[in-house]
Amino acid sequence: MHQRDYHPYISPFDPCKPIEKKTYSTPPHLFLGFQEENSPQYKSAAEALKRGTLWPSLYDPYS
Amino acid sequence: MWYYEKKLQYPVRVRECNPTLAKYLIEQYGGADGELSAALRYLNQRYSIPDKVVGLLNDIGTEEFAHLEMIATMIYKLTKDATPEQLKEAGLGDHYVAHDHALFYHDAAGNPWTATYIQGKGDPIADIYEDIAAEEKARATYQWIINMSDDPELNDSLKFLREREIVHSQRFREAAQMLIDEKDKKRFF
Repeated sequence: MHQRDYHPYISPFDPCKPIEKKTYSTPPHLFLGFQEENSPQYKSAAEALKRGTLWPSLYDPYS
Repeated sequence: MWYYEKKLQYPVRVRECNPTLAKYLIEQYGGADGELSAALRYLNQRYSIPDKVVGLLNDIGTEEFAHLEMIATMIYKLTKDATPEQLKEAGLGDHYVAHDHALFYHDAAGNPWTATYIQGKGDPIADIYEDIAAEEKARATYQWIINMSDDPELNDSLKFLREREIVHSQRFREAAQMLIDEKDKKRFF
């Protein structure tokens, strides 16, 4: 899971228990540029289907 | 034209009867950033975009329909045996009085799908940038639905669909670059 985080301001008067660290998703395609020709693929078609992409360089798990 | 393969792009398994989850999933069915919007947006834009990216819009638009029927299958399975009482408890009472157990193109809050969700501006850069934004919004929507769901088998299918949004975004970004780069110009590094 590729992500960034930040720490929002917490007021002493916030009504709910503050979440100190907020995160957001930054999947690998944001950094890839043009995908290189012949970039490595998953070894089996079954694994590629399971992950939703042929290429490890584009895979972003999420949970 | 299209050939139809009588199977889903990725298997859909649902572990438990959970109509509330169907209420959330319908956001991806008839919502602004849902699969219907995506399919219709791309398949419409493809007519008035430079030749070299027509095929991309055609392929991705087609795949969005495959995603649409996965979402439809999930919603159907989650609600098909639910009683009116269960639907009411799940917040689907309003849906039931208008549609019984039928699916309908509206978002999680019940707003009917509208063509104003999509655009065909005729400007290739504007259209492709809209498509990139649409993929990122759909990716985020999948994340929020996964966060609301505790059905591991359904989440497996949702994670597949989320990953497809990432791949589509990547391809649209490459398409934008192809349209920006000067035609036939050799690139030296």
